[in-house]
Amino acid sequence: MDNLGTFLSVLSQGLPFTIIATVAGILLTIVLSFVAGLALMSSSKTVRVISRIYVEGLRGTSEVVQLFWIFFALPVLVGFQIVPLWAGILVLGLNHGAYGAEIVRGAVQSVPRAQVEGAIALSMTPAQRMCRVILPQAVVEMLPSFNNLFIQLLKSTALLSFVSINEITRQAQQVLVPRFNPQAFQIFLLLLVMYLIMSLVITAIMRTLERVAAARVGRKPSARSRSQATGAGIA
Amino acid sequence: MNVWDWNFAGQIIPALLNGLRITLIATVLGSLIAFVLGLVLAILGRGPRPVRIVVRAIVEFIRSTPLLVQVYFLFFVLPAFGVVLPALTVGVLALGVHYATYTSEVYRAGIDAVPRGQWEAATALSLPRTRVWTGVVLPQAIPRVMPALGNYVISMFKETPLLIGIGVLDIVGQVREVGGQSFRYVEAYTLAGLLFLLLSYPASLAVRRLERRRAVR
Repeated sequence: MDNLGTFLSVLSQGLPFTIIATVAGILLTIVLSFVAGLALMSSSKTVRVISRIYVEGLRGTSEVVQLFWIFFALPVLVGFQIVPLWAGILVLGLNHGAYGAEIVRGAVQSVPRAQVEGAIALSMTPAQRMCRVILPQAVVEMLPSFNNLFIQLLKSTALLSFVSINEITRQAQQVLVPRFNPQAFQIFLLLLVMYLIMSLVITAIMRTLERVAAARVGRKPSARSRSQATGAGIA
Repeated sequence: MNVWDWNFAGQIIPALLNGLRITLIATVLGSLIAFVLGLVLAILGRGPRPVRIVVRAIVEFIRSTPLLVQVYFLFFVLPAFGVVLPALTVGVLALGVHYATYTSEVYRAGIDAVPRGQWEAATALSLPRTRVWTGVVLPQAIPRVMPALGNYVISMFKETPLLIGIGVLDIVGQVREVGGQSFRYVEAYTLAGLLFLLLSYPASLAVRRLERRRAVR
């Protein structure tokens, strides 16, 4: 296979953008998932309605539309342009955070009621109840779904090629394919393998976290939570 | 310059509807491929060990890599093998194959949920293999997986805009052209987003209702 070195070096120039967007997007997703997910269960109706609008609004509109909206419509409304990579991260985080919120809500509600009652009986404050009893158990349930969500997010970083961020898909499609068109097969196969490796890394990290989180509450990762890792609740 | 121009917003509507037609065609045809191919993959996934391993590997590979790159892959690589297809056809194929890897998991779970006794009874009646599938297993598995399949149709609908990468003029492609001609993007993308919400939100509410009704039974 000729030109493999060229392909690799051009693609790896885009790698920092893909990795930064993925990692920062994941961090933002985690924050938004917990904030919005807990807000969905708030006792205040206003908070519940606001978080519901966020979740349904971002899940209901297409991610590509959100990306273009932030890039082309928002600057007109606020009068300045956000740095492209940041805007990209913002869209990735906002969109996947809306899906993550439902994961958090589902996992928290799956903690047996008796656990909450036990914590009340021990006269724990609501904050203690959440941080020391409910969340440690809920997190174990969340991790397989978050694994899926983070892989979705990694895959979504390819969309950033639409808004001139030089991540790996754009490097392949704008730099390599025009120059080496007959070798498009090799170029895109290499690109796909790069994504595969990155998603395997995400899965490996999440599996480790699953074990750690399960051990902390004195469990083994359950077979049930494993089987949930097969993509339920994407839409 | 006003931020929002109702007149211009009105002018976008025809383009939006034109794009919607393409988006719906892509979603419907893509879903059909995903439903059929996904079932094939699920049944092959229960075959002999070597077949099972190959199918699993292909499914995992396609699921772990971006749909957009797969779209480009088909668009640029198929012509090298002498297959020149219109962009929309390439897009439909890519959507269908990508989502087939998801629906195959859905079918797999649905088939696993059919009680063992049903298989045993079918074998005891010495039904032929195809009859076991078409007469016993699938009629029980498929109704159970309908809500999950519905979710994937909605999610495919929202992913069709990435076909603009190969020049398909779906909803987003259309409004991008109209917006670009007049440099008015606020109306264009806001209306596009609202159109997606208008169609996908009721659809996902319907799927959730279906899910609850199934859960009660």
